[in-house]
Amino acid sequence: MKIGGAGMLAACWGGWAARVSAGVPALPQALSGQDIELRVAHRMLRIDGHETHAIGINGGIPGPLLRLREGQDVRLTVVNDLPGEDTSIHWHGLLVPFQMDGVPGISFPGIKAGSRFTYQFPLRQSGTYWYHSHSGLQEQMGHYGPIVIDPAGADPISSDREHVVVLSDHSAMHPHTIFKKLKQQGGYFNYQKQTLAGQIAGRDQKSADRLEWGKMRMDPTDISDVTGSTYRFLINGQTARDNWTGLFRPGERVRLRFVNASAMTIFNVRIPGLSMMVVAADGLPVKPVQVDEFQIANAETYDVIVTPADDRAYGLVAEAIDRSGMAFATLAPRPGMVAVAPPLRARPLATMKDMGMDMAGMDPDMMDMSSMHMGMRDQRNAPALPLGPGVQTISPMPADRTGEPGQGLANAGHKVLVYSDLVALEANPDTRPPGRTIEIHLTGNMERYMWAFDGKKLSEVGEPIPFTAGERVRIVLINDTMMNHPIHLHGHFFELATDKGDHAPRKHTVNVQPGSTVTFDLTADAIGDWAFHCHMLYHMHAGMMRVVSVRPAVSA
Amino acid sequence: MNMRIPRAGALPVLVALLAAMPVQAQEMPAGEMADHAHMHHDAVSSAEQASQQAPQQAAQQAAPPPAPSGHAADAIWGAEAMAPSRATLRHEHGGMTTNQIMVDLAEVQFRRGREGYRWEGEGWWGGDIDRLVVKTQGEGRFGGAADAAEAQALYSRATGPYYNLQAGVRQDIGAGPKRTYAVIGLEGLAPYWFETDAAVFLSDKGDVTARLEGWYDQRITQRLILQPRAEVNLAAQNVPDQAVGAGLSNIEAGLRLRYEIAREFAPYVGVSWERKLGRTKRYAQALGEGSGGAAFVIGVRTWF
Repeated sequence: MKIGGAGMLAACWGGWAARVSAGVPALPQALSGQDIELRVAHRMLRIDGHETHAIGINGGIPGPLLRLREGQDVRLTVVNDLPGEDTSIHWHGLLVPFQMDGVPGISFPGIKAGSRFTYQFPLRQSGTYWYHSHSGLQEQMGHYGPIVIDPAGADPISSDREHVVVLSDHSAMHPHTIFKKLKQQGGYFNYQKQTLAGQIAGRDQKSADRLEWGKMRMDPTDISDVTGSTYRFLINGQTARDNWTGLFRPGERVRLRFVNASAMTIFNVRIPGLSMMVVAADGLPVKPVQVDEFQIANAETYDVIVTPADDRAYGLVAEAIDRSGMAFATLAPRPGMVAVAPPLRARPLATMKDMGMDMAGMDPDMMDMSSMHMGMRDQRNAPALPLGPGVQTISPMPADRTGEPGQGLANAGHKVLVYSDLVALEANPDTRPPGRTIEIHLTGNMERYMWAFDGKKLSEVGEPIPFTAGERVRIVLINDTMMNHPIHLHGHFFELATDKGDHAPRKHTVNVQPGSTVTFDLTADAIGDWAFHCHMLYHMHAGMMRVVSVRPAVSA
Repeated sequence: MNMRIPRAGALPVLVALLAAMPVQAQEMPAGEMADHAHMHHDAVSSAEQASQQAPQQAAQQAAPPPAPSGHAADAIWGAEAMAPSRATLRHEHGGMTTNQIMVDLAEVQFRRGREGYRWEGEGWWGGDIDRLVVKTQGEGRFGGAADAAEAQALYSRATGPYYNLQAGVRQDIGAGPKRTYAVIGLEGLAPYWFETDAAVFLSDKGDVTARLEGWYDQRITQRLILQPRAEVNLAAQNVPDQAVGAGLSNIEAGLRLRYEIAREFAPYVGVSWERKLGRTKRYAQALGEGSGGAAFVIGVRTWF
């Protein structure tokens, strides 16, 4: 099926992302089949009455849903109608040959203005995925869309109806300007800082803490770099005022396929009055987990099943992690119903644990302060790390926080999904123990807006991180910063090391909480060069990225 | 340009890649995905097989492979086609430069019987570490040339997370002698969020002077900000033609309340107080000038 240039605008609000959606299976507007054409072009996006510059795919923001089937081959021809600007599409989470992965400068040369490029690959998996530009900062301007791949056989996850829910952030400000403001003033977009008024009102830290944090030049309100002060948060391209509505019949099992296509926003998702059963993470089925809320980092996907019993509207709340705004939509039995949006909850404040000081986790009997280095930038806590201006802090005691709710949700008062809840439905394909371990420090300087792996920006690093094809490697990510970093490895799934034996959850993107560590095991089985980066768009743009190479073993 | 499916290059890298790329993506039948990882077991190196048999803890020290000799994509698309995009990739992931022009003070000063003006600002151009910094400041009375004004051009290098070491030249451009100086300074953010700027100046007459500045932004609300500010000037010797005496020559303190209509545009009101000290004060008295005093100020802080 091909959709040409004409009639694209008519399609842009059609179907799965239409303001009122009956659900995915009924939709003709999803693109299916073996030959699909995607046109990337500028368009104006009207958000709450204001026109903003944006990039659409086949006229849509998000781009069209690609509904494909495991086992089929697909040819995706991307036409670049952007004037004077290269583009690309990366198929996030899909296992494709490296030259089809869509990262200019790593997988292929990119797609020049006015030209086209045909991606071709077999679909070796099923589940909820997405696609987005890997060129410049186009993703921030609307260059993203969802992918649903149906299993070749029976779907282990049964449902009566499904909706795709694409979360994103959009600003009227050009992404280059956003980045420049961040370089000029790291806290530019934060309008939830500590103030005298806030202190008097009891919203902020107590004086002693505030003094202590001030001494360290650390701002506990620095939760998101780019916030609701410039962003409008969208569900399927629509604001709360648009009220995207997903229909259901009371009693149905409704599968919601969440994709976080945001440039910079982690969302807390809940549906007041409904509990959600998480059934898949990053596209792959997990043993069902019942939760009231989950945090979804940039580029992650979660599938949940809800069973709304009542004949009423339910609010679908995706609150920005810093509580500076929310995306809001309605699940309803009939069009025209509007759920009531709950108020934003109080903004979280970062804690000592977010600075990598996990005092609580220490065994008091074992505590030998003399052997510990509690400074916030002590070389002894990371001997190999170059202590340049880009390394503001080194976590002295980083904790594994995969068993903890995401930032700001510790006291949510209900069940919040944690990574350690996730158990793969199917046994892992490779259960060999890792042959070696690589430690990677996630480093940054919030004052200079510098972000890097191991203190070095991609622009400063010549060589990739090398892997031998087929080898099993343990990777330990140590977050030396006070920000969340959703880390994405292209071309692979990795098994999170959360003691789930041969049923470790397999992911393509994992959020490393502030001041914490995340460990995963990887079978480097995809030969080629791959991108490995933080999925906070401006962190990546600042240099928080590496190339990973997978090569056949060299015979001696 | 219409790039479709890989054109085969004769590069040895490609041969190596294809040789090791078992049926893999191109022809794998559906449903075999779960078996996929096992397909590579044949290719696993002997070193790795050894490590599998070892206990996990001990095995974690296997040596990493050497860095690959070439880029995988070059073998598919050609090195020539890949080179520009690779350069762009590196540039766009940490290699960019940017700039800022900050007008910290641009104000009218109301003193008893005479109104004056004052400005202070700086611009920078460059990357995260190395920058060109231009600073300027000055003051004067309406209707005449600036009494004191200067411009500095400095090379600035980040020396740590918070501080920049700066060196360059300063040129006096106000009334009085048009001195040129060598400058060395340190600018940055001190603990407790104090902004600081310290510089030592060596004039073309061999005179050494120094200036220390500091300020702090006390947020009252998200947009209403009270900024205490202080400046101290010192001299290593008397500089009679500039009416500067050795030692502590003058101090200045200010308190400005600004409202950030936008981050980049904040009108303010405040008070500024200055006092000449020691021999500098006596020079001023000899010239019939005052030794300082307070002024009400109104101005705007702006940047872009």
